[in-house]
Amino acid sequence: MRTILHSDLNNFYASVECAYDPSLRDRPMAVCGDPDDRHGIVLAKNMPAKAMGVRTAEAIWQAREKCPGLIVLKPDFRKYVRFAKMMRGIYAEYADRVEPFGLDEAWLDVSTNPMGGATIADELRRRSREELGVTLSVGVSFNKIFAKLGSDLKKPDATTVVSPDNFRERIWPLPVDALLYVGPATARKLRARNIRTIGDLARCPAGVLGAMLGKCGEMLWAFANGLERAPVRRIGEAEEVKSVGNSATPPRDLRCDEDVRRLVTVLAESVAERLRAQGLRGSVVEISVRDCALSTYQRQRRLTNPTALAAEIIPCAMALFQESYRWERPIRSIGVCLAALVPMGGDEQMCMFPSAGRKRMYELEGAVEDIRRRFGHSAILRASLIRDDIGAIDPKDDHMIFPEGRLRAASGGV
Amino acid sequence: MARRVYVRVVVEYDEAGGVHPLRIAWEDGRAFRVERVLDVRRAAATKAGGQGMRYTCRICGKETYLFEDDGRWFVEAKSR
Repeated sequence: MRTILHSDLNNFYASVECAYDPSLRDRPMAVCGDPDDRHGIVLAKNMPAKAMGVRTAEAIWQAREKCPGLIVLKPDFRKYVRFAKMMRGIYAEYADRVEPFGLDEAWLDVSTNPMGGATIADELRRRSREELGVTLSVGVSFNKIFAKLGSDLKKPDATTVVSPDNFRERIWPLPVDALLYVGPATARKLRARNIRTIGDLARCPAGVLGAMLGKCGEMLWAFANGLERAPVRRIGEAEEVKSVGNSATPPRDLRCDEDVRRLVTVLAESVAERLRAQGLRGSVVEISVRDCALSTYQRQRRLTNPTALAAEIIPCAMALFQESYRWERPIRSIGVCLAALVPMGGDEQMCMFPSAGRKRMYELEGAVEDIRRRFGHSAILRASLIRDDIGAIDPKDDHMIFPEGRLRAASGGV
Repeated sequence: MARRVYVRVVVEYDEAGGVHPLRIAWEDGRAFRVERVLDVRRAAATKAGGQGMRYTCRICGKETYLFEDDGRWFVEAKSR
């Protein structure tokens, strides 16, 4: 049997700020995105703010309504990354399999460490408290899923053991959407069949769930029964890239197709550049659109030939957009993503009449990339993006801190 | 509550990359010799806030914590 730890730095950004300024500990405080860039949402809050009902991902004004004296701090990502790295250094002393999940969470496989899971968990908590001045919650279990649920059970600064003997009492009463990968849509489908807790899910025949949710249904059934077996990645082992995407919230709402085309252009250029840098091409183009009422949808389409060219991604993304959006409301943010990735230079469906243009487009986009690498992003821009507030954003950095999948999970979970 | 006071420090690096603080200059300009480093470990500054490599130093016969945080050095001082 494996011994897996899931370690979760409590209220991470807020805790780091409190560690630097202890006077913030007893006053309600939240780290929020910059309202001027329209990222004015709560990224993390401390315990007093939590007690007043402040929630992650809500707008600053909503938080202030509940908590008028709320102290709002701007995020200092450099500091948070430094803390996360120190914490990973500590993890590495106990396990060679450490898989980070965002900046503030990680799984550790400590099966081969003779100290034992709970002892290691307590030691990690002590060290993060003494060495970094922040607290950890750790779940100890025999699979990744229960370990993660365990770390959520008791906060802050606690160790929770979920064993084969007690998981039915500890895990099964939890609501079904506490489970990883159960988002709002899946939770709704499950509730419609009166599956409300993880226990309900576990007791439902796998075949029924499979018929209801497809492959994902059987996976969730295995999760609920403690049968998850995915290994914790080794340190340094890169996550297999399944998709490459970028999204952005521009400084103002998008109001017409031309606005959207500009933002899609910026995003597609960045996605194409990242694909080429990783030696990949994608066969499926996906767009995600969020309007100013925060309702979101995705559309995707398979291309005849896999691509890493902005010139091919842009028309496809625009076609997807124009076929699906009715302009009932202005748009707040857009994402462009390529999936079904294949290595560059692999086998390819030949075209009966190959166009010389494609090879030249790769050369052209490569040359633009080269100029940008040497002289900066704004050294060369499309004419359509010059003197434009939307074209001026550089989407590359957004991606580092919030991988898209994680944000989606976070907004579904709270 | 204690204050975090950033200070000027004279540091010696040894051949192995070890770091040895020799003297610190206080905010009012007075300089103090670090008589001895008793302990070095990563730690949170619980009194004044902050975090870094913590050097437990003997200065003027008294034990004092000296922190190095991302290239800057600070001590915990009584609030004024």
